[in-house]
Amino acid sequence: MSSVLSKVKLRPMNQTEVHVARLSPYQLFLTFLRITTSGFGGAMFWARRQLVEKERWLTDREFVEYLSLGQLLPGPPGLNLTVLVGYRFGGWAGALTAVVGFVGLPFLVVIGMGALYQHYGAQPMVQRALAGMSIVAAALLFATFARVVKVLPRRWQPLLIAALAFVAVGVLRWPLIWVIGTLAPLAFLAAWKERL
Amino acid sequence: MARGDLVALFLHSLALWCISVGGPSTILPEFHRYLVQANQLLTNVQFVELYTLAQAAPGPNFMYATLMGWQLAGWTGATLMTLAVLLPTMTFALMLGRMNQSHPNATIVNVIKRGLTPITIGLMLASSTILIRAVSHNWRSYLLALLTIAAVLRTSWNPLWLLAVGALAGMLGVV
Repeated sequence: MSSVLSKVKLRPMNQTEVHVARLSPYQLFLTFLRITTSGFGGAMFWARRQLVEKERWLTDREFVEYLSLGQLLPGPPGLNLTVLVGYRFGGWAGALTAVVGFVGLPFLVVIGMGALYQHYGAQPMVQRALAGMSIVAAALLFATFARVVKVLPRRWQPLLIAALAFVAVGVLRWPLIWVIGTLAPLAFLAAWKERL
Repeated sequence: MARGDLVALFLHSLALWCISVGGPSTILPEFHRYLVQANQLLTNVQFVELYTLAQAAPGPNFMYATLMGWQLAGWTGATLMTLAVLLPTMTFALMLGRMNQSHPNATIVNVIKRGLTPITIGLMLASSTILIRAVSHNWRSYLLALLTIAAVLRTSWNPLWLLAVGALAGMLGVV
């Protein structure tokens, strides 16, 4: 595992800072529709794949920044990311079509699944398939982490804050709200000192 | 479901999403308290089954609210519970987006973005390891996770195939 990670870190940064200035609402609709329809087990992996790798609208750094803002704002982080990216590239109309692309189809699918479930109950075969898929989905999230970890500045403060967030939530399982409430002020202070 | 109860549920959800910093799972316990314990609108088993079903569907994971709304009051319930997510989320995100657009170099937004980046990355690692541990039941599950990570980082295979492999391995009882 560590060898895979170190190779990723060593890969040269070949992305320029800004790729596009403005996109049509239809383009935004289509892209967020793509993200959401492949988004089994969380949209994070697919959002990065589409926005950073395929369309090249965002760099890895910008992606993590939007994700961070999305986590700070109330509401689902994935939806916040959709609104922020839609608004940046397409204004009000872009934000609206991005949200419709992101939410529209899953809305119908989840209700369809609910209706099927009421009629047929849970099939063991389907449940086993879902269990297998959820392992892959969890691994995809780890791969996303391995890709974006390279945007961390090579200084001890950000690295320490990332490590503390991981240990507090991932190992000690402390409530997220307390962890962010404690770490965010420290992180802002560190970023404030580094702002130049 | 009576119209008054539905309106009350909509307003309660609206308030909940306004304070749901950190994602849809943070307010799940409060939904459980409101729907199952306080108002007996859903049974405990129904609540868990609807949540699991929504997690299995493609798309964002706040769809559990949509599905519970549908269970309680059909299309009206599903629409209202979804609007309760969309309205506050879009309002706050658009406000921030406008601020970011009109003052792209505002120190405060940049400090927030730069400052939160390490936390977001640390939490991403935490979520993925928690999830991998929660869904893995034997060494073959961990092997599947490891192979998936290697395939994503080293090859350009479409990850949908990896999900299909996972589904197959699950059906065959391998993982």
